[in-house]
Amino acid sequence: MSNILEARNVVKQYGDYTALNSVSLSVPKGSIYGLLGPNGAGKTSLIRIINQITFPDSGEVLLDGEKLSAKHISHIGYLPEERGLYKSMKVGEQCLYLAQLKGLSYPEAKKQLEYWFDRLEIQGWWNKKIQELSKGMAQKIQFVVTVLHKPKLLIFDEPFSGFDPVNANIIKDEILELKKQGATIIFSTHRMESVEELCDDIALIHKSNKLIEGKLIDVKRAHRSQNFEVGILTDNVEGLMYDLTQKFMISQADFKSLNDELKLNIQIGNSKPNELLSVLTNRGQVTHFVEKIPSVNDIFIQTVTSNDPSEVLHS
Amino acid sequence: MSALTLIIKREFIAKVRNKSFIVMTFLSPLLFAGIAVLVGYLSSLKADVQTIAIHDETGLFVNEFKSGDAFKYENQSSVAVEILRDSIKSGKYEGVLFIPKAKDSKSLEKSIKYYSDDDPGIAFVAGLEDIIASKLTETNYVNAKLDTLQIRNAEANVEISLSKSSGEVGLKYFNEIKIAFGCAFGYLIMMFIIIYGNMVMRSVIEEKTNRIIEIIISSVKPFQLMMGKIIGTSLAGVLQFVIWSIIGVLLLLVAASFFGVTPGVGVSGQMASQASQMSDSQLYIAELGKLPIGTMIFAFIVYFIGGYFLYSSVYAAIGAAVDSETDSQQFMMPIIMPLMLGVYIGVFTVINDPHGTVATTFSMIPLTSPIVMLMRIPFGVPWWQIALSMGILFGTFFAVVWFAAKIYRIGILMYGKKPTWKEMFKWMRYSG
Repeated sequence: MSNILEARNVVKQYGDYTALNSVSLSVPKGSIYGLLGPNGAGKTSLIRIINQITFPDSGEVLLDGEKLSAKHISHIGYLPEERGLYKSMKVGEQCLYLAQLKGLSYPEAKKQLEYWFDRLEIQGWWNKKIQELSKGMAQKIQFVVTVLHKPKLLIFDEPFSGFDPVNANIIKDEILELKKQGATIIFSTHRMESVEELCDDIALIHKSNKLIEGKLIDVKRAHRSQNFEVGILTDNVEGLMYDLTQKFMISQADFKSLNDELKLNIQIGNSKPNELLSVLTNRGQVTHFVEKIPSVNDIFIQTVTSNDPSEVLHS
Repeated sequence: MSALTLIIKREFIAKVRNKSFIVMTFLSPLLFAGIAVLVGYLSSLKADVQTIAIHDETGLFVNEFKSGDAFKYENQSSVAVEILRDSIKSGKYEGVLFIPKAKDSKSLEKSIKYYSDDDPGIAFVAGLEDIIASKLTETNYVNAKLDTLQIRNAEANVEISLSKSSGEVGLKYFNEIKIAFGCAFGYLIMMFIIIYGNMVMRSVIEEKTNRIIEIIISSVKPFQLMMGKIIGTSLAGVLQFVIWSIIGVLLLLVAASFFGVTPGVGVSGQMASQASQMSDSQLYIAELGKLPIGTMIFAFIVYFIGGYFLYSSVYAAIGAAVDSETDSQQFMMPIIMPLMLGVYIGVFTVINDPHGTVATTFSMIPLTSPIVMLMRIPFGVPWWQIALSMGILFGTFFAVVWFAAKIYRIGILMYGKKPTWKEMFKWMRYSG
């Protein structure tokens, strides 16, 4: 079994509104899986179904090949986007309570808590009330609560919001460490740079439908545009331009460099990169030659807008 | 430990540790005892004796007025009425009763005047009228040459004694003791529902505003959370009630021995003192023993649980549907109304006609039955009626809890919308 989680044709409706329209997903075991989509796309509905907070109208969700049931609750750790803790309850008590609700015994919960409090160096917070902590501190507690019962599937909804860069980095490292220990992580976010950095797989949900799913690298390959960013020092600009326009589409480029060169974006279409390179070297000194890899952000915007023309008008 | 037990424990501890809970637990009995002592003290004070001047031109009535603790009557027939009226202003007299001369008793009936600056009490005026009327009647008899003694002997004075079909002798005032018992139980249930139902609602709202709800219900079922809350809160409530009664009784005892007054503890206290004044107080005690105490306690527990759970699950659903306590006001009316109705029906209908149509009907309707039926039980209710009423109550209870749980599970995940009743009914149809 290589997929820890499989959703098959999941449909969820609220009254007349369809939140999920026959969505299927496969989350490979041990991966960091990015669940992307604009606001209101249906991500939260899907996550709530995985957590058995709500149930699908039709379709099914399998965890480790088994249909989701109450016993799987203890295998899943969930950090919701709308998060919070009991403000007037002490940190230690609160963590113990939430861990026990997840099925840990009291001594086991206590042991795990002490481990995590040591690890994040927050031992002194045990007897503080949540209302005495800053927002970032409370977020850390929230993270501990999510991972405390060693779930094999972790679901983080915008995990870095509310953290300063230092703490965000600590949490990022902890997430990578959990992955190393064998956990699978579903990661829902709008922050594309963290998707680029962390995710092995991504899925894009838009307007209740899944539009893209796959390994990040495969998705990027599929969206490859054969665009090259070129810098060239030449005396004969007109000659160069003449040669290039014979074969390629060109446009002005903008990137940082130390030379005062000509900067171009060149779409090579079906040609090979070497053909472009030979044209360039004939006419001058090549200082910059890079294939423009589509960013997740580009893919996101491109996919979303191409599926919904009205979005273009709005943006 | 099961999830439900964990939730109950947390809710209980959270309530009990709450500062306002602790303050209320110890302050309320103090306030209560304080008020009771104050009432007792004030009612034990002797009011000032008020002097009433009587100017009786007929000379017939003035000797009929006997001075007592509250009023002193002075015969001032020799002083002019105008002077007497002036002395009301100076405070010498509370009031002046002026009985003028009249040509016959018919015209006298309408010409008597009472002067005072403060409006006299209805009972006081009625008392004056009684005295004058009976004297006047007697005079009329004499004038008509009727034998007053014969008339008096002919007057019939009927007193009906109450007894059951089994022949047991009943006591008239005993019904009041019964209604006092019923009222005490009924009020207790109503107070409990309002205080702790509200507490359940607040704790649901708190979880919503704290945004912890999603974390909790990814671990437990919303139904478990709701029931855990209701049970945990009710346990805290029972504890508070027990502490209240213990402290209350202690304080009353202390106060009674300190001030040497009997604190006016309301209906039951008055009833008890009334009973003790009766010559047949022993009969009362015997009759008390015959009350269906076992049935009453059993019924109290059953109706308490049924009524409290019924209402507090509605409170929980409302708490889940709204974002803040201020938004919940619009939903409070339908909860408070049947509770108030229950108490009013109990007080006004059950006491007059404990087994009449109105009382019987409302002791079947589940929203009022916990209060009304408890008030009826001391009067003896057929067991099948109790069974039917409890059956309906628990049937409704399960239905309401089921609906409330549906609204709850949808509502707790909804933010920023002020729901309407219509919307809440729509949520019930969602598949969850």
